[in-house]
Amino acid sequence: MAVKRTLDVALGTTGIDEDGVPVTVPLAMEIPGAPALDEIAKIGGEHMLLNIGPQHPATHGVLRLVVELDGETVIRVIPHVGYLHSGFEKLGEYRHYNQIIPLTDRMDYLAPMANNVLLALAAEKLMGITITERCKVLRVIACEISRIISHLVWIGTTGIDIGAFTPFLWMFQEREKFYNLQEAWTGARLTTSMTRVGGLMADIPEGFEDGVRAGCRSLGKVMAEVDRALTRNGIWAGRMQGIGALTGEEAINMSLTGAMLRASGVPYDVRKDRPYLDYETYDFEVPVGEHGDVYDRYLVRFEEVLQAIRILEQALDRLPDGPINVDDHRVILPPKHAAMSDMEAMIHHFKQVMEGVPAPPGEAYCSIESPKGELGYYFVSDGTAKPVRWRVRPPAFVNLSALPKMSEGHLLSDLIAINASVDIVMGEVDR
Amino acid sequence: MNPSAEALKRQFGSAIRRVTESCGDTIVSVEAGRIREVLAWLKDDPDQAYNYLVDVTAVEYRDAELPIEVVYELFSIPRSTGLRVKAELPKDPPLEIDSVVPLWAGADWLEREVYDMFGITFRGHPDLRRILMWETYAEGYPLRKDFPLRGRFSRSEQVRQALNATPEAHYSLEELGIAESYYELPADMRERLSRGERGRVPDPTEGR
Repeated sequence: MAVKRTLDVALGTTGIDEDGVPVTVPLAMEIPGAPALDEIAKIGGEHMLLNIGPQHPATHGVLRLVVELDGETVIRVIPHVGYLHSGFEKLGEYRHYNQIIPLTDRMDYLAPMANNVLLALAAEKLMGITITERCKVLRVIACEISRIISHLVWIGTTGIDIGAFTPFLWMFQEREKFYNLQEAWTGARLTTSMTRVGGLMADIPEGFEDGVRAGCRSLGKVMAEVDRALTRNGIWAGRMQGIGALTGEEAINMSLTGAMLRASGVPYDVRKDRPYLDYETYDFEVPVGEHGDVYDRYLVRFEEVLQAIRILEQALDRLPDGPINVDDHRVILPPKHAAMSDMEAMIHHFKQVMEGVPAPPGEAYCSIESPKGELGYYFVSDGTAKPVRWRVRPPAFVNLSALPKMSEGHLLSDLIAINASVDIVMGEVDR
Repeated sequence: MNPSAEALKRQFGSAIRRVTESCGDTIVSVEAGRIREVLAWLKDDPDQAYNYLVDVTAVEYRDAELPIEVVYELFSIPRSTGLRVKAELPKDPPLEIDSVVPLWAGADWLEREVYDMFGITFRGHPDLRRILMWETYAEGYPLRKDFPLRGRFSRSEQVRQALNATPEAHYSLEELGIAESYYELPADMRERLSRGERGRVPDPTEGR
């Protein structure tokens, strides 16, 4: 099998020039009598079987890869998933819609609030509930904070996979600010469970808006620093450019979504193509790559962080006053003091807690642009308070299925970079 | 209502069983035997251009009389339109339907998951194995309604099987074969593997 990656990039580059093309240094010269460079790649030997994971830092969780190697060239990759399978979809069939929300935290645990928002959106689509304006804007804020948090972790951990340690510290320091805000709002850093069908668990606390603005300001500065440290860095570009490239057609055919798809030049973004939460009224761009390689995926995610800051600022500017929950006590729990003093409120409270909120018979598929790609929840209801089927369309799972195709013919060290570029989170892959 | 539903009726006539609408989504029910043909047309016809397969999943209803449905969620990126196509499978075996991997490579893992969770066989799938559960998982198909929430086997039996699992069973024979390292294994391990210990369903009464 021919080596896909050009040897001059593999051997070394001191950086990239103004057009973004790697500057190559001829480390290997033509020596009379020696085999030519592309001949070296053809020298075959015995294939080796290498097991990576499930406990391995570069697999970002409990992913196991069985790799067939010819020297250092990857011939075949067989991914094994399921080590974190928890049966959430089955469990969801035994729970009321609101009781499913804590399960969604634990899937994409790097962006729990986005998962919470989608569950509420899908249940509301099924039940035909229209949420309040303030709730919509707050959910947009939750989604974009999730996107920032998730992409910061991605840039940091991918840096470590490639060999850059410093950006990891910078990214986690910035992420911490948003985590503190998330904690102030929801009471939890990881298991947020912040939405309810028809509204939110709580309104934002005092000082939250200023905190987000301050976080965005300092994040902008740090992103500029990371940009200087990484984007035109020779090692960074040399290890990423031309690696794991997919064309737009291939990416669509493999059902890839998110940055994986957009890096290949397909401008599909659920926020633009099937708008939810009034995303069509926000002014933001969808970054699109050109080559579909690991480097373009980095550029796309980097730009998405900046766009998320833009959306956050617009959302804060327009945040209206008013209630966060719909005014319907068949769906939303009445306030506790009313439940203790008012007969009707007590009945609503009792019925919701004991029987749950029934959804009309029917089915609804609802999707959002989660940081990993198109996250979709598909509910089927038979008219009871528990869904007949709760299907999660996991973006990381589908994106990961392209790993064998992307890494065949690359070097083993490139496999690590390609795997990092998928942005998997095993909680969501295995569910 | 999505106009593709009408176009499908014109193109395929009686193979389109039903067109319904739920929560604003159009759902087209197709005869299971012709699912690949219908989806290929939806993908390739220039007026339809459903080029992106969002999801493949299955639904089993609590009402045991109702058939199992295989659900294909389609989206057309150039036209920004979605369509849901369903195929009904009667519950009596064989639970089989044509694979759509020849149309969309992305269906590979999605169909494997449906096979793993519901036991539906996809004809023509290149590599139909369990994906989330392990290969020797013997309790059945977890998302079927007759499957209890805690599994078929008792907790002690589940623990016993986990402890009895042989470490070398973590490689399949196929994986060992690709590297030709099978012949370098110790003789006893080779013997156990060739007896098919990995692929054998453990007997719950064994070793008591």
